[in-house]
Amino acid sequence: MVNMAGSGHPGGSLSSTDLLTVLFFDQLNHSPKSWRRDGKGKDMFFLSAGHLSPVFYSVLARSGYFPVSELATFRKLGSRLQGHPSIERGLPGVHVASGSLGQGLSVACGAAITKMLNGEKNFIYVLMGDGESEEGQVWEAAMFAAHHKLDKIIAVTDWNGQQIDGPVSKIMNLGNLEAKWNAFGWETSVVDGHNLEAIAEAYQKAKANTGNGKPKMLLMKTEMGQDVDFMQGTHQWHGKAPNKEQTEAALKQLKETLGDF
Amino acid sequence: MNKKYINTGNKDTRSGFGAGLLEAGRKNPDIVALCADLTGSLKMDAFAAEFPDRFIQCGIAEANMIGTAAGLAVSGKVPFAGSFAEFVTGRVYDQVRQVVAYSHTNVKICASHAGITLGEDGATHQTMEDIGLMRMLPNLTVINPCDYNQTMAATLAIAEYEGPVYLRFGRPSVPNFTPAGQKFEIGKAITLIEGTDVTIFATGHLVWEAIVAAEILEKEGISAELINIHTIKPLDEKAVLESAAKTGAVVTAEEHLVAGGMGELIAGLLTRELPKPVEFVAVDDLFGQSGEPSELLKVYGLDAENIVKAAKKAIGRK
Repeated sequence: MVNMAGSGHPGGSLSSTDLLTVLFFDQLNHSPKSWRRDGKGKDMFFLSAGHLSPVFYSVLARSGYFPVSELATFRKLGSRLQGHPSIERGLPGVHVASGSLGQGLSVACGAAITKMLNGEKNFIYVLMGDGESEEGQVWEAAMFAAHHKLDKIIAVTDWNGQQIDGPVSKIMNLGNLEAKWNAFGWETSVVDGHNLEAIAEAYQKAKANTGNGKPKMLLMKTEMGQDVDFMQGTHQWHGKAPNKEQTEAALKQLKETLGDF
Repeated sequence: MNKKYINTGNKDTRSGFGAGLLEAGRKNPDIVALCADLTGSLKMDAFAAEFPDRFIQCGIAEANMIGTAAGLAVSGKVPFAGSFAEFVTGRVYDQVRQVVAYSHTNVKICASHAGITLGEDGATHQTMEDIGLMRMLPNLTVINPCDYNQTMAATLAIAEYEGPVYLRFGRPSVPNFTPAGQKFEIGKAITLIEGTDVTIFATGHLVWEAIVAAEILEKEGISAELINIHTIKPLDEKAVLESAAKTGAVVTAEEHLVAGGMGELIAGLLTRELPKPVEFVAVDDLFGQSGEPSELLKVYGLDAENIVKAAKKAIGRK
């Protein structure tokens, strides 16, 4: 997708592929074919880190939200698959636009309050990046969710340690992220974000602990560019498209993607 | 002059908002209200007392408040998110842009203490850029009612309208003169006074100043038409063009900067469709300062006397 578009963000998409795959194919209470923007009666998922659109769209398409063939329109003129997620052309699966960082958790808080007021038992998921957590609004939302006891929020941080300008530890050190979320009153877990069983278990545990009044943060330790040898563990591929040869080389490394496009 | 307007007693427009919110909340159980630690200032306390579960205190964190409002809206609620005008526009512009305007969420952004008549708090709180900021955003409706009754009516109207709205009102007590219970039609300008020599397009608190100005002009033999532009976006272009064609001279009056204001909007329309002399009663590229509202209106050139001068100048340029 990113190769065909000639631009996009492959690095973070690959680091969050496993955690999103487990969510959409194993954990989420959703109905892709009859998706509603208001999420009534269903779990809701918000992508806060909008630049992870490649993996988000892929997971949506493969879950049945829209045809897989539409992925080829990514970033093209008139496409529903905008560079960053948009609702303007009515793409199923997208509740609210994202791309300008740090806003998704706040939106998730609003949806969680609606569910609470309506007496709905569903969960609200939100995916954030670790670099994104440098935004102040994330911590406003962190305070808010704990204060209002929004314990149906299950937030996931794709903790790949990289951002555009370099390693997060060098650009703007987040310090002890686990201690920070704990201090804000969240139930926080650190999870191996590339171990499918561990990811599933973390989601299960977060759901099971509903009723304790604490919103849940799953800090998923991941590698940017996971499973593509020349992209893995570096910020160089945060926002750069691979060329044709690189794309072929990358797709060959994953048996699931052999033959894509 | 064909009609006189009676001030039934000074009242603040923010109280009109508070009364409208309460009534709207009684009509529609999906209405929720959010505030960032200014519940009393926004007059949202009656709603909060009657509907404690539907009032969401956000603390001093406006960015999160706008995002939360968007999340409530997308999931089916009708959120009214309130703070001072500066803090729900300039401070959170990107949030309003991405999750409200661009995302078409049914959020009502409720902006009190707009303009210079906020008074003594001074320029940090006196936004005169907010109309410009908000009207630049696609999808957003921008409303600036003129008195208590109209603010209450506007609040009830936006509760029934599906789509993002910026509702602007203020702190000072100003004459209350529009009929109680008058239906508020979004996007439909109201002709308050018919005239033939010049048209005054006024919005917000300056509508009353324009009424006073029209009376002064009448005594001097000048027939001024006065139109209340309570909805700045979408602008009632038909009303503007018809009146400008009739009088041939235009004054715009608003408690805002020239830059981005209603005056520029109307002047732009006339330039394209029907070039006529236009004079702006607005603040030209300045921040405000502390003072009493009436003093500030005078010093910053926004009172009735300045509207009279502008009207004569516009007529002189015909």
